[in-house]
Amino acid sequence: MRRLPPIAQLTVCSLALVVVGGILMASYVPRQPPLAVPAALTAVSAVLTLTSGFLLSRLEQFAWPRFFLAFRWALLAYVISAGMIGFAFVRDHTRGAPLALVIVMLVIFALDVPVVIAFTVARYSSPPYASS
Amino acid sequence: MTDVGNVQAGTAEGTPGPRQSRVQVVPLRGLPVVAAVVVFVIASIAGNWLWALTFCHVVGGALWTAIDLFVGLIVGPILGRLSIPARAEFTARFMPKMVLLMPTLVLMTLAAGFQLALKEGNLAPGNPNHAWLIASYCVVGVMAVIALGVLEPANITVLVEMRKQRPDGQVIASLMRRFIYTAGITGLMQVATLIIMTRVATQ
Repeated sequence: MRRLPPIAQLTVCSLALVVVGGILMASYVPRQPPLAVPAALTAVSAVLTLTSGFLLSRLEQFAWPRFFLAFRWALLAYVISAGMIGFAFVRDHTRGAPLALVIVMLVIFALDVPVVIAFTVARYSSPPYASS
Repeated sequence: MTDVGNVQAGTAEGTPGPRQSRVQVVPLRGLPVVAAVVVFVIASIAGNWLWALTFCHVVGGALWTAIDLFVGLIVGPILGRLSIPARAEFTARFMPKMVLLMPTLVLMTLAAGFQLALKEGNLAPGNPNHAWLIASYCVVGVMAVIALGVLEPANITVLVEMRKQRPDGQVIASLMRRFIYTAGITGLMQVATLIIMTRVATQ
């Protein structure tokens, strides 16, 4: 089996961190949540997402057409999903820094899930599994 | 359940080509239903409509938990004992439906549930349900990471693999093992959800 960089693992860790951050934020609703821990989790999560993006961009002999096909449809689905979560926070009067942090978390969430789906799909359409 | 993956390996290689070309990753006919559900959930949240929020949360949550447990405890073991062609046939028809159904149910349950908890005052720090709801966030968080990070990529990749002219049985087998490894955790989390939600409803 071809060894690929740990892109899926990094992306899932990033997803887990924003989920934990989101739980921390949600557990304070309707009060103002302390932002230090969620912000730190989001920062680490963003670094992991960027790292996996960087590793992904360096892949050779990878089924990029299949990656982008899966990525764009998954992105559409998860942008809608993230939009609904964001809408619920806005509807519940989350404003200012907490809302900004929630939006950053949702952007990471909406990127991480499509990346892990598209990467998993494309890796099994790339050599040695496929000739393209 | 353990032999599901091994037999799947044989399945893919032994299944005739034309059937695989009919495998649809996302059943397009289901998309309008999903759109209608999403619009209904958004309208319920926007209008803070108690009946609609309760309906979305209870119906979505009941279906999510029941389907998860039913598939994990009943369908999975039966599937493991079916013949190879029957298993391929079932998987090709069942998994595309799950691609649409489960995320829609999860979205419906969680979005409506959060709004409902807020409206009912269950999220207030002094409320006896507050701690139970935080516990439910943690349970949902574990299930979300498993579903979104592990199972959904595997589900879609299996379907994409089954559409190929010559599906690789080893790939399908290794991906199907993810469902077996995580079935215990998901089942445990769903039982925890049932306990938490019945506590919240009766406090």
